[in-house]
Parts: sequence; structure tokens; C-alpha cells
Amino acid sequence: MQNNFLNRRHFIATGLAGLTATTLPLTALALTEANAVQLVNSVVADITRVIDSGKSEKAMLRDFQKIFVEYGDVPIMARYALGADARAASSSQLRQFTKAFEGYISRKYGRRFREFIGGEVTVRNARKIKNGYEVRTSVKLRGSAPFEVTFLVSDKSGSGKFYNMFIEGVNLLLTERTEIGAMLDARKGNLNQLIKDLNKTG
Amino acid sequence: MSSRIRFKTFAILSLVALLGACATQPPEEAARGEVFDPYEKTNRGIHKFNLGVDRFLFRPASKGYVKIVPDPMVTSFSTFAENLTLPGQAVDYLLQGNLKQSGNALLRFAINMTVGGAGLSSPADELNLPPVDTDFGETLHVWGFGEGAYVELPFYGPSTTRDAVGVVVNLFSNPINFTPTRPVDNLGVYAEIVRRMGDRGRFSDTVDSILYESADSYAQARLIYLQNRRFELARDDEGAYLGLYDDPYADIGTDPVRDPYLDPYEDPYAE
Repeated sequence: MQNNFLNRRHFIATGLAGLTATTLPLTALALTEANAVQLVNSVVADITRVIDSGKSEKAMLRDFQKIFVEYGDVPIMARYALGADARAASSSQLRQFTKAFEGYISRKYGRRFREFIGGEVTVRNARKIKNGYEVRTSVKLRGSAPFEVTFLVSDKSGSGKFYNMFIEGVNLLLTERTEIGAMLDARKGNLNQLIKDLNKTG
Repeated sequence: MSSRIRFKTFAILSLVALLGACATQPPEEAARGEVFDPYEKTNRGIHKFNLGVDRFLFRPASKGYVKIVPDPMVTSFSTFAENLTLPGQAVDYLLQGNLKQSGNALLRFAINMTVGGAGLSSPADELNLPPVDTDFGETLHVWGFGEGAYVELPFYGPSTTRDAVGVVVNLFSNPINFTPTRPVDNLGVYAEIVRRMGDRGRFSDTVDSILYESADSYAQARLIYLQNRRFELARDDEGAYLGLYDDPYADIGTDPVRDPYLDPYEDPYAE
């Protein structure tokens, strides 16, 4: 009797655990401040691992792209960077642009990471913002004063990902929106041409 | 001597008066952190000129400088230039009513000029003193002057009407310029050029990517300068900084066919 009861309870417990396990990826737990800080720490650790790996630049840039997709909310970033032109784009154009943007950003900023060799990133604080968390870090490079890098993290995509970054107040997304806008102007607003060229830029 | 100082005071006063006469940005645009660039055409001309100066003069000179001069010496020269600005910064902090930082700047100056080997190193950094970084542009900001219009200055680069006045005033406001014995006239200016060459040479890939690889280097330099400057000036005001966060997720889900969760554009008239 008691055995039965225990078994049943055990059954219910495992059943519940199984249920949570299956629903977890769909309705992710609400993002907490600790998660957001954890996300920033892992992305920094992953980037450092790639920098220290001593691989060829090409291989490193490929790794950076993987990291960008894993930790960053690429679709929302691409969408924002495209600005008002995203409204007129078809869904396939948006998809292609997002893919091209992903490679462009990974190459452009991946090359800069070499300058971060031996750098140290310390999380200073985190606080709640409208759609997630702001995580402020201090980056110390050899022979220069520490500077501030801020990550904005949100789970609006379904899981916790960063969607913007500020380096000493310079907004990465806004800077890229200006750049993409200028590229589009130079191509007289031809988005298909921009997508083609973006695959080779950065 | 005294008439020279009087002339400088007069020049500075008229510069500040000039600020009041400059074009101003509507306050609601300023609050949203928008770019105010009524002199864009002139600015772009100066930008083109500056690019030429960089390409043929500053960039090669800087790259040569960091290549020939050993790294620790480049650091020393940059530190020296920064140390020379400290008395001027002490004056600016004083004008801002920040006695603590004014004293801090002077203390750093005294330590670095003595223990630091005539200012070639910065032992004061090891003493956990708060960092020192101000200029007359910030003083004007503290006094309530708005940013003004964006301007690109020949040879100098991005600035604003307010900060351009600051740059000119700071050429004269450093008490070092009034000491009776000076090894070289305008030592601070030369030191600053050497410091800038060190930065240009060390971060040459990053600077190149902005100046020469961007689709519109003028717009990139303008945006980066303005954001960074606003960040510097708002450093103590956490709330002001937070207010500038654009929310790319705002208005999500108005177009579920094309994308299930994306629509970063706030449009109050959408359906």
C-alpha cells in the first residue's frame, strides 16, 4: 500500500519533471538578472577561448559567427539595422538579409577582437530595463585605461540573448543602422544588391 | 604680460558669448538624442580635407611613430601629455564647482611630476584616486550650455559648437602656459599631437575601418563622436543614459506572417 503510494508519487514526480523538460524550450523561464550576467560571462569566456585557440583568422571568424548566433538575437538586430527599409522588404529578402548581416557583423567585429588579446572583462553590475537586463562590464586592455562595455539582454526571442552592445556609450545597433543605411543609399535603395555585397563585406 | 592675459580673457568671453548666437536644436530632439547637423555641407567638406590630411600625413606619421618608437616609450609620451593637462583640468573642475576632483587633479599632477619622473609615468594611478577626465566643453555643459550643432574641425576632427569653444579655451586655460619659465612654447599642444599619434598608430586598424572602410565615414564619425561624448558627460546621471535606450522589441507581433516576434518599429498609426 505504502509502496504503491510511493510509486505513484514517484510516477507523478517524474511525469511532472518530464512535462517541464518538454515545455521548457518552448516557454523558457523568465530571464533573471543572474541569467543575464551568466550569459555575458559565457559569451566572454567563449570569445576568449577562440582568441586563445591560435587558429587561423578564417577559422576564428567562423567560430565568432557561431558564438554570435548562439548568444545574440540576430534577427532583431538585423531588422533594426535595416531600419525603415525592413517594412518594404519581402520575407525572403529579410531572411537573406539576416543571414548576410550575421556574417558581416561576425567578420567586422571578429577582426577587432584580436586587439582584445590579454584583455580582462569584469561584470560590474546589472539592472532591469524595459525588455530585459542591462549588464555593465569593465574591459581592461594592456596599457590602456579600463573602458565600459554594456550588454543589453532580453528573452523576447524565446530565450535569453543579447540584442545590443554599447562601447563607451557608442550604440552598436545604431551605428550599424547608420552604416547599413549609407550602404543602401549608395545602391539607390536596392536591397538585393546590398544583400549580395554584404556577404562580401566586413 | 598682463595685457596678454587680458586679451585672452576677452577672447574667451567673446567665444562664450558666441555660443549664445549659434544655431540651436529644438529641445525635444535633443532629449531624444538626435543628431543636430545644420552645417552638414560645410562639415562634409572639412571631413574630406581631414581625410586627406590623415591619409597622406597623420596616418603614415603615426604608423611610423609606433613602429620606430618602442611601445613603453609611446605610453610614456602619452602619459606625459595627459599629465600636462592636469593643471588645466584642475581649473575646469574648479569652474564646475567640483573642489574634490580639482584637488585630485592637482594631487595627481604633483605626484606624477615628481615621483613619476617629470610626468613620464603615472604612479598616481596606483593610489586608487578617482579618474580625472574633464575639459572646458564639460564646464560649459555643467553651466547649462547645450551641445549645439555638430561641427567637424579642420585637423582636429569631430566636435560640437560647444565643445569647439572648449577646445579653443583649453588651449589657453592651462596654468602651465602662464609659468614664467617654460622649456618650449605651446609644449602642451605638441605633446597632445604626439599623444594623438600614439592612439592613431596603436588603434590604426579600428580607425581605418571607420575612416576608409565605411560606406559613409562622415556619418559614422559623427554618430560615434556624439554618442561617446554624451556618454562621457552623462556618466554620473544613470537615468539620463537609460532614457536613450531604444527598444528594438517595442511593438512586437504586429506582423505575424512575416515574422512571429519581430517588429521593432513603433508606429502609432499601424492598423
